[in-house]
Amino acid sequence: MATQINKQLGDNIFLTTLDAAASWARANSLWPMPFATACCGIELMSTAASRHDLSRFGSEVMRFTPRQCDLMIVAGRVVMKMIPVLQRIWMQMPEPKWCISMGACACSGGVFDTYAVVQGIDRFIPVDVYVPGCPPRPEQLIRAIMDLQDKIKKTGTYNAREFQLRILPDGPKRFDEDELMRIRERNGLKLDDHKYDPIH
Amino acid sequence: MTESAESDWKQVLEKALPSANLRWSEFRNQHRVDVPASAIVAVLTALRDAGMDQLCDLTAVDLLEYPGATDRFEVVYLLLNTTSGQRLTVRTHLNEPDLKIPSAVPIWFGADWLEREVYDMYGIVFEGHPNFKRLLLPEAFESFPMRKDYPVKGRGERHNFPIITRAES
Amino acid sequence: MPLELIDSPGADSNQREGLWTLNFGPQHPATHTTLRLVLQLDGEMVVDAEPDIGFLHSGFEKLAEVLDYNQYVTIVDRMNYISPMANEIAWHHAVEGLLGIELTPRCKYIRTIFAELMRIHDHLLCTGTCVLDLGGATAFMYAFNEREKIYEICERASGQRFHTGYTRVGGLLYDVTDDWVQMVREFCKTFPKAYRDFAGLVMKNRIFVERTRGVGVLSKADAIAGGATGPVARASGVERDLRRDEPYLAYDDLDFDVCCAEGGDCYARFQVRMMEMLESLKIIEQALDRLPSGPVFISGTGKEGLPDKREVYRSIEGLIHHFENIMPNRQMPSPKESYYGATESPNGELGYYIVSDGDFRAYRARTRPPSLLHFSLFSRMIRGCMLSDVAAVLGSINIIAAELDR
Ligand code: SF4
Repeated sequence: MATQINKQLGDNIFLTTLDAAASWARANSLWPMPFATACCGIELMSTAASRHDLSRFGSEVMRFTPRQCDLMIVAGRVVMKMIPVLQRIWMQMPEPKWCISMGACACSGGVFDTYAVVQGIDRFIPVDVYVPGCPPRPEQLIRAIMDLQDKIKKTGTYNAREFQLRILPDGPKRFDEDELMRIRERNGLKLDDHKYDPIH
Repeated sequence: MTESAESDWKQVLEKALPSANLRWSEFRNQHRVDVPASAIVAVLTALRDAGMDQLCDLTAVDLLEYPGATDRFEVVYLLLNTTSGQRLTVRTHLNEPDLKIPSAVPIWFGADWLEREVYDMYGIVFEGHPNFKRLLLPEAFESFPMRKDYPVKGRGERHNFPIITRAES
Repeated sequence: MPLELIDSPGADSNQREGLWTLNFGPQHPATHTTLRLVLQLDGEMVVDAEPDIGFLHSGFEKLAEVLDYNQYVTIVDRMNYISPMANEIAWHHAVEGLLGIELTPRCKYIRTIFAELMRIHDHLLCTGTCVLDLGGATAFMYAFNEREKIYEICERASGQRFHTGYTRVGGLLYDVTDDWVQMVREFCKTFPKAYRDFAGLVMKNRIFVERTRGVGVLSKADAIAGGATGPVARASGVERDLRRDEPYLAYDDLDFDVCCAEGGDCYARFQVRMMEMLESLKIIEQALDRLPSGPVFISGTGKEGLPDKREVYRSIEGLIHHFENIMPNRQMPSPKESYYGATESPNGELGYYIVSDGDFRAYRARTRPPSLLHFSLFSRMIRGCMLSDVAAVLGSINIIAAELDR
C-alpha cells in the first residue's frame, strides 16, 4: 500500500503540521493596511514603489479597507483627534491581525512632545513590531516586515494558539496607569465622560 | 516696498479715517500700522478698496510674556497687493475679557479658516463669521493651546483615551 | 465635466430634497494623509463639501516657542514632508531676514539648487499620486524612481535622505563636495528623458485628461480673494511668483520663466506643475554652472553663523565660536521686532511671521501655510462636480496634512 502511494506520488509529498502550513501561508501574504498619517507615509510609499518594491516580500497588496487586512502599518504621528479613528480601524480588522508602528512618532511621539501628539500608539493599541527612525529607511521597514513574518510563523491556527497568546499579558504593557490617574485627577479629567468613544 | 508706497497707504487711511489713531512703524522695509480694534473693519475695507486684494495671512500673538507689552493679544493681518507686490501689516490689540473683534470674512473670504484657527489657538472671537467653531482641535477640547499660560506638553489631554489590549481587540 | 446645477447650491442646500451625506476620510486612500470631508450629494453630484481638518495637528507653532532658530529647523522639515528642504529654506530665509544676515554667494546658490530640486520632488509626487488615485499606477512608479535620485542627492549632502535638517542660520550644515555637484549634473542629464516618459503617461493619457479638464475650476477673482498662491493661483491666471517678484537667494541672477495657465481647472494646475519642473531644471543647470566657490557660512566677527566643524574640533577659537552660538544664554541676540519672510515653496507662498523678544528663539513663529488657504477653497472648487472628481481636485491642489494642520 505504502509503496503504491510512493510510486504514484514520488517526492511530491511534504509532511508538516497544519499550524506550520497556515502560518507559512499567512506570513507570506500579508495584506497591509497603510495607516499613513504623516511623513513616514511617504517613505511607506517609496517602500512600495519602484526601487524598493515591497512585493518581493509578499506584502504589497495595500488595502484601504480594514476589513480586508491583517497588518496595520501605522506610519506617522497620531494625534488626539486621530487616535479614536485609529482604534476604530484596529477594532474593525478581523483576527488574526498584527500591527507595525513605523517611525519615532508612532513609537514614542518622536520630536513632537506636545499637547496634541499621542506619545506612542502602544499606549492605546497593541503593537507587534516597532521601527525606529525619523523616518525609517525603506530597508528598515522591509526588515520589520521580515521580523513580523518570523513572528507569525511561530504562531499557529490548529489549536488556536495565537488567540490564546492574545489573552496572555504579553507585548507592550499598558501605559503606567497610576501616572495616568494622577494626570487625570490633576486636571479634573475623567475617562468615563470622554467625548470621543472610538468603538461606537 | 518703496518709501512712496507707505505714504500711499497712509493717504488712503487718512482719507478714510481722519480721526483714527494710527501708528506707523517700519522694520527692514516692512511697513506696519497699529490701529485700534474698533476701527479695524474700516481700515481693512479702505485698504482692500485701495488695492490690497489679498489677505496673505491672519494670525495672533499672545503678548503675556513679551517684555514691555501692555496688551494681552495682538491680531495681525498681512495684506498683499497681488499686482504691485506691495505688502502691509495691520496690527490691532485686544485685552481680556473683551476678546472680540469683527470678522474680516466679508472683506476677503479667505479669512474664513484663518479666523477659525486663531479662535482655536487663542480664543479670540470673530464676530459675524459665518461658520464659527474650532478648526484644528477636537470640539471637546477646552483650552486654547497657543496661549502662553498653556504648557507645551498640555494638561494631560493626550493621555485621556481608552486603552485597547490584545484581549479586547 | 461638471454639470450645470439647476438651482444654486450653498445656503439653501438643506432645503433641497433627496440630498445625502457622505463621509470621506479621514482614512481614505485619496486623501494621502489625513483629512476628512463631509460631502452633501445630490445623486452623484457634489452640492456642498465641508472639510474637517486637524487630524494631524501636532503643535508645530508651540514648539517654535521653545526651540531656538537652529533647532526649529528639524521641526519645519516635517511640515511639507514631500519637499522637506523647501521648508528649511523658507524658515531660515525668514530668520535671516529678521537678523539682517546676508548669505555668502556659495550658500545662496546651493540653497537655490536645493529649492529647485525640491520643487521637482514635490511636483513629481503630487502628480504621480494623483494619477494613481485616478487609476494609473505606472506614472507613480516612474515618479518615484526620479524621487529616489533626489533622495540620494539629499543624502549625499546632508546625511539624511528625507528630513535633511540641512540649513543653519547664516549657512548650511556642511559644504557640498564636487561629488555632489557631479551627482546633480548627472540628474540633470537623465531627468529630461524620465520626464518625457512621465509626461507621456500623464498629460497624454486620455483618461487622465478627461477626468481633470474642466473639473474643479477656480476663478481668478476667487483665487486672489481666497489667498491662493503658487501653482494653484498661477493655473487660474494670477501671474505671481515670489522668485521673480521678491527675488531672494540667487534667483535674481538666474533666468527662468513663470509658468501660468488660464483654465483654473485641475488640468491647468497639472500643466503648471509639469512646466515648472522643466523651469526648475533650467534653474538648476544655470546655478550649477555659476556655483561660486568660497565659504558657505557668513564669516562672523561676532556670533553670526556656526563655525566649520573641523575648526570646532581642532582649534580653540573654533570651539569658542561654537560655544557662543550654542549655549542658550550666550547666543546671538535678535532685534525686538516682528518680521515676515516668505519664499515660493513648491506649493505656494510659504512664509514665516516671526515675533522676537530679543532672544535667539522666536517668541512666536507663525507659519503661513499655503495648503490651509488652498484647502479652504476646496468647497468652492468642488461644487457642481461629480463624486469621482473629488480625488482629482484633492490631488491637484496638493494638500499636505502636516502643513495644513501644523
Ligand atoms: S517619525 Fe519622523 S518622519 Fe515619521 S512621522 Fe514622525 S516626524 Fe515624520
